Amino acid sequence: MRRNRTAAPAGEDGAWTMPADVKGAPGREGGERLRTIAVGTATCGRSVGALEVLEALRVEIAERGLPYRLVEVGCLGHCYAEPLVTVETTSGRVNAFGYLDAVAARYLLRTCFGEEEPESDFYLGRLEADGSIVSEALAVRNALERRVVMENCGIVDPCSIDDYRRRGGYASLRRALAASPDDVIEEVVQAGLRGRGGAGFPTGAKWRTCREAAGARKVVVCNADEGDPGSFVDRVIIESDPHAVLEGMLIAGYAVGACEGRVYVRAEYPLAVDRMRQAIRQARDAHLLGENVGGTAFSFDVSVFEAAGAFVCGEETALIASMEGRRGEPRLRPPYPAEQGFLDRPTVIDNVKTLAYVRHIIGRGARWFRSIGTASSAGTAVFCLTGKVARPGLVEVPLGSTLRTILYDAGGGMVDLNAEKPGRETPNIGNGGYCTRPRAPETVFKAIQIGGPSGGFLPASALDLPVDFESLRDVGIIMGSGGMVVMSQDDCMVEMARYFLEFTQSESCGKCVPCRVGGQLMLDILGAVACGEGGEESLEALRSLAAHLQRASACNLGRTAPSPVVTALRFFEDEFKAHIERRMCPALVCRDLISYEFEDVGCVSACEQCSVVCEAITSAYGYDGLSGRTYRTHEIDDDLCVRCAICVDSCAGVNHRAVRKVTPAKRQRTEGAS
Amino acid sequence: MDRKRESLLPALQAVQEEHGYVPDEQAGELAASLGITKAEVYAVASFYGQFKFNPPGRHSVKVCAGTACHVRGSALVLDEWSRLLGVEPGQTTSDGAFDLDRVACIGCCSVAPAVMVDGEVYGCMNSAEVRAVFNEVSACDERASRAAEQDGGACGRGRGVDDAG
Repeated sequence: MRRNRTAAPAGEDGAWTMPADVKGAPGREGGERLRTIAVGTATCGRSVGALEVLEALRVEIAERGLPYRLVEVGCLGHCYAEPLVTVETTSGRVNAFGYLDAVAARYLLRTCFGEEEPESDFYLGRLEADGSIVSEALAVRNALERRVVMENCGIVDPCSIDDYRRRGGYASLRRALAASPDDVIEEVVQAGLRGRGGAGFPTGAKWRTCREAAGARKVVVCNADEGDPGSFVDRVIIESDPHAVLEGMLIAGYAVGACEGRVYVRAEYPLAVDRMRQAIRQARDAHLLGENVGGTAFSFDVSVFEAAGAFVCGEETALIASMEGRRGEPRLRPPYPAEQGFLDRPTVIDNVKTLAYVRHIIGRGARWFRSIGTASSAGTAVFCLTGKVARPGLVEVPLGSTLRTILYDAGGGMVDLNAEKPGRETPNIGNGGYCTRPRAPETVFKAIQIGGPSGGFLPASALDLPVDFESLRDVGIIMGSGGMVVMSQDDCMVEMARYFLEFTQSESCGKCVPCRVGGQLMLDILGAVACGEGGEESLEALRSLAAHLQRASACNLGRTAPSPVVTALRFFEDEFKAHIERRMCPALVCRDLISYEFEDVGCVSACEQCSVVCEAITSAYGYDGLSGRTYRTHEIDDDLCVRCAICVDSCAGVNHRAVRKVTPAKRQRTEGAS
Repeated sequence: MDRKRESLLPALQAVQEEHGYVPDEQAGELAASLGITKAEVYAVASFYGQFKFNPPGRHSVKVCAGTACHVRGSALVLDEWSRLLGVEPGQTTSDGAFDLDRVACIGCCSVAPAVMVDGEVYGCMNSAEVRAVFNEVSACDERASRAAEQDGGACGRGRGVDDAG
């Protein structure tokens, strides 16, 4: 992105000073201290105009000579309120403002940015040192949230190693280098750290295997090939706090006796790639990478490997294959990569989050880490809340928190489609084919999908389930990489199951038959069910194929691919049956089972927005004999209709919702009658 | 194992960065320099979603198929693009103007469903919005070609084209 380079005034002095350590901040002539304005410019912010906000603030500050310096930071996790800006006041307090755009930012800069207690719709609350935003509305979230790996995210300047060090960065590395590698591994084992990539394998055990493995030139790989649709935790951590990951890799490298590190990151995350490369350069300049790290005998260097876009490469043996320049096909284990990995060298492969925890464990001790979470699942987990939730974004909570608290306390509950954002017109959400009544109906929780395409669905009755590795395994799903997608009554479980299976099927490497052929067979059946062409035997066939995939696939991609289908079938069998037996899609999603139609006297404006945009709609005058009024009637030709929902959107655009969806489809009803 | 082999993916990425796709000629050169067959180069390159083997269109339309976009109706958005452009996802229009792709999460879940046109994110899409964006891009194209006929002037699109290059 070209624009941000010109608008990146954050030099090495672009320090973020929190209330506790306002000292030595560079003064201006006249003794006025420069206060910091931090703009969240991670990808989530950029997608809604954070760079425009940054540019507007930069111009305004420069033109008027205001006592502020601008810093670009990462993501605080409050993605729903992006673009998000934090402002330091004269007393050192830091206030957070959200939902900004360039105009609002300029306006706030002139009015209440400097105030201690701003009165503004854009004001979110006071920012604490750990990155939580204190306000009445967010009190329940703060009570639940426990920021460990996200401690620096959105606060530290990701482009400045000095800023990271000011917040205690690289102290754990020093501490680790002063201890023996075995002591470091022992500390990680004692902490009970488990891999956050999904499977939850004990990290310390993996490190020990690698340390004890014969072979020179061991390798540490940071797995940032975050391919799950619905999860972006790894991206946020690298974009917001790349040095924390680097420090974790250094400590891991020292512990296992490696000489080389690689960050395997998706090429689709260009900003993460840039920020990681920059962090590596800075660490080299500070002699924290390269020969004799920090003046010790330990030598370690890190490079970035851009992944070329294959979901299966998140699997560690496939990841190694792709780094070696081969097709990313997994191989059978053992030998495990920790014994024989990249170019047959012992290789430790850890997820971004796992590595980001390491510095906290070394810095604060295993006992501290164990004090968070449950006995078997220590520490916290970062979840990526998306879908029909009021406050989508990231939230870090202790393991063992219940789904209900994560959804309602942290996520603010179900989304209100009629809610307005400050300074904006009514947001254009929710009318993508869903709202068919004058006001959008209340969204009701139906299911939550955990762990992306390898995870599964849970219904409302499972909301009190504690989220940790064991509890999830007991209900047959895995934690995955932390994606949580909230679904409402408008989401069809058949369609969602098909969506996830379609994803894993298209990403199947094709090496083993169960996954390649079995997945396709399941997909064909689901497709038939979604068209209303399923038979009595469909569900049984799905279950049986799923069992084969789970047992016989060569790698975890194939073994976990049926999970969304299996859990959807377990908890929402009625919905599958409705598709098969009654050819109805209760959620009004499956296009072959629904029709669009106008409510009898729904249209009150005669604006003809609908018939202008759609050839399938014809309108005519109607006459109400009782009142003597004429009105418009509309007909939709069901055979011409392609179910694009443009009539719904255009009608909603003028604040009417005269079009509704019905199931079963008209053509099926007539077929049934004849 | 041949050590040079490791550099295959970065080399392919460099080729694609330069040409916008992996031309057959370059694949051959790469094979020769790494001491492997061209078939091996294609075997690897075709495995990964990143590599293209045909010249890209002038505009790239990427419809996000991440989960958050999906539950907010990205399938309808993709269908609309498909109808407007007359191509399926993964194809280029016959006049070489548009690429249509269905891509994994582009990280804009808070404005789902999202579409990326020439690097610019358009959020909260629906069928009507898709038509508006399409018209905007087409109109810009027309202006540009008219300007090019006259004096080779550049084009400025309404909602920003900062990453078009």
